[in-house]
Amino acid sequence: MSESSMLEIFEEKIKREIKIEPREWMPDAYRKTLVRQISQHAHSEIVGMLPEANWIKRAPTMRRKVALLAKVQDEAGHGLYLYSAAETLGTSRKTMIDDLLSGKAKYSSIFNYPTITWADIGAVGWLVDGAAIMNQVMLCRTSYGPYARAMVRICKEESFHQRQGYEIMLTLAQGSQEQKAMAQDALNRWWWPSLMMFGPSDKESKHSAQSMAWKIKRKSNDELRQNFVDATVPQARLIGLSIPDPDLKWNEERGAYDFGDIDWEEFWNVVKGNGPCNKQRLDDRNKAHEEGHWVREAALAFAEKQAKRKAKKDKVA
Amino acid sequence: MLSYTTYDPLTEYVLRCADNNLILGHRISEWCGHGPVLEQDIALTNMALDLLGQSRMYLKYAAELIGHNETEDSLAFLRDAMQFRNSLLVEQPNGDFAHTIIRSLIFDSFHYFFTEQLMQSNDKRLADIATKSLKEITYHRKFSSEWTIRLGDGTEESNKRMQTAIDDLWRYKGELLSPDELDMEMLEKGIGVDLNKIEPLVDNHLSDMLNRATLQIPQAEFMQKGGKQGLHSEHLGYILAELQFMQRAYPGLNW
Repeated sequence: MSESSMLEIFEEKIKREIKIEPREWMPDAYRKTLVRQISQHAHSEIVGMLPEANWIKRAPTMRRKVALLAKVQDEAGHGLYLYSAAETLGTSRKTMIDDLLSGKAKYSSIFNYPTITWADIGAVGWLVDGAAIMNQVMLCRTSYGPYARAMVRICKEESFHQRQGYEIMLTLAQGSQEQKAMAQDALNRWWWPSLMMFGPSDKESKHSAQSMAWKIKRKSNDELRQNFVDATVPQARLIGLSIPDPDLKWNEERGAYDFGDIDWEEFWNVVKGNGPCNKQRLDDRNKAHEEGHWVREAALAFAEKQAKRKAKKDKVA
Repeated sequence: MLSYTTYDPLTEYVLRCADNNLILGHRISEWCGHGPVLEQDIALTNMALDLLGQSRMYLKYAAELIGHNETEDSLAFLRDAMQFRNSLLVEQPNGDFAHTIIRSLIFDSFHYFFTEQLMQSNDKRLADIATKSLKEITYHRKFSSEWTIRLGDGTEESNKRMQTAIDDLWRYKGELLSPDELDMEMLEKGIGVDLNKIEPLVDNHLSDMLNRATLQIPQAEFMQKGGKQGLHSEHLGYILAELQFMQRAYPGLNW
């Protein structure tokens, strides 16, 4: 079959909402886009463990400690499903991880911000997981089968995390003066970076149009960002916290909130590696990887010895 | 017996169980996000979760025994080092993965046989907690045993690291298995575990695993002790500094 007729079949499937599966023909650019997006997503889960793990030892109650630990473990699990989904496209986990460790591959910039107080754990759950869900709910219907299926599982857990984060903020907002101040401070610091999570505005986003055409994405960055603002503003008001944006205003005509300009200079600066924690996060991942080297090597050596012993035993028998 | 005792004997005994789980759970949770392989990161976090979960059951029981306004959180976050009753082994630092595995191997071998016996306690609450915990502990022991064999019999480097770890940590095994006055009193009352009875079982399991791992059992005779009675190493203070930070910095609030 010629490439043009295979492309026709592919496009027909996309049009008719039939999922693309690993063994089927797909355009190289589609495959490449997916590997980039899914591996970035996997890396974000793994790097995203760090700012939250930062508070496991210091969680204020036993109940919060266990919930946080379970949450960070879920993120590790999401990383695993996503690496597996990306591997179905023919790129090995090792290659993807090497790209992360060398700094070649990106991950969500939000994790380059520090978790300074306990309230940051609430804010991360509420805002960062909240923003992630907007994107992930959409991705449950993405055109590539394994990615869509991984997302369905992930979404269930993420919405639980988001509620858990909001509940931490609610508890703080109902607490002492210092707890309220802690919650407001966390919201102040995490609000704008959370809006940046949706990526550059539609007119600046270089991959968006093609991804929409392939139905990898179904909503634009700006649409998703608007959905997030509209969902989150009432949640903040409900618990008496104020969104740090003087331009935030309900627009009756649009049936949506107008909000202030995002500082894109900050966004690109963090993407380029100059965020408060870019170096720390990558150093931590590299340190874990290097310190784990002898463990992985030994596990491999042991498995080889076992296989040899078994072969010898089978021969004797 | 060293005496920092501030609680009645049953509470002391329950706190020993609670604190072993709490402090080891805390230590293992330090690995979260930093494990040598993603799958092992998840497995370690699982064990930390199990241990902290078990610790909560014991802490709640201890809080009820003490009464007043004591809770699992006041016991975890507002006691100072001399009131902690965990063994010295579990407060030892994670070190490299070899030290973490060997610390768990020694503890899990003890914990498994201890908990199996505790299921027979005539204190129903302790028996119930033990019964609920055994399945998790069985998995922990399997994990630390398998990794001991794999790393002991892996490469030259991994063998050396494992041997160093066992040489470093062996001195903390004795305390787990040597009965003090409280252990004797609890045994007489039919509440506690006969440590003399489980000692050969624990030693058998350990020597079996170390043999299979091609590791040498240390010949050192001297065993450190004191944790069970509240006399700890320097490490515990730093664990508490992190564990208790929030409740110390912001006392009496809801979180």
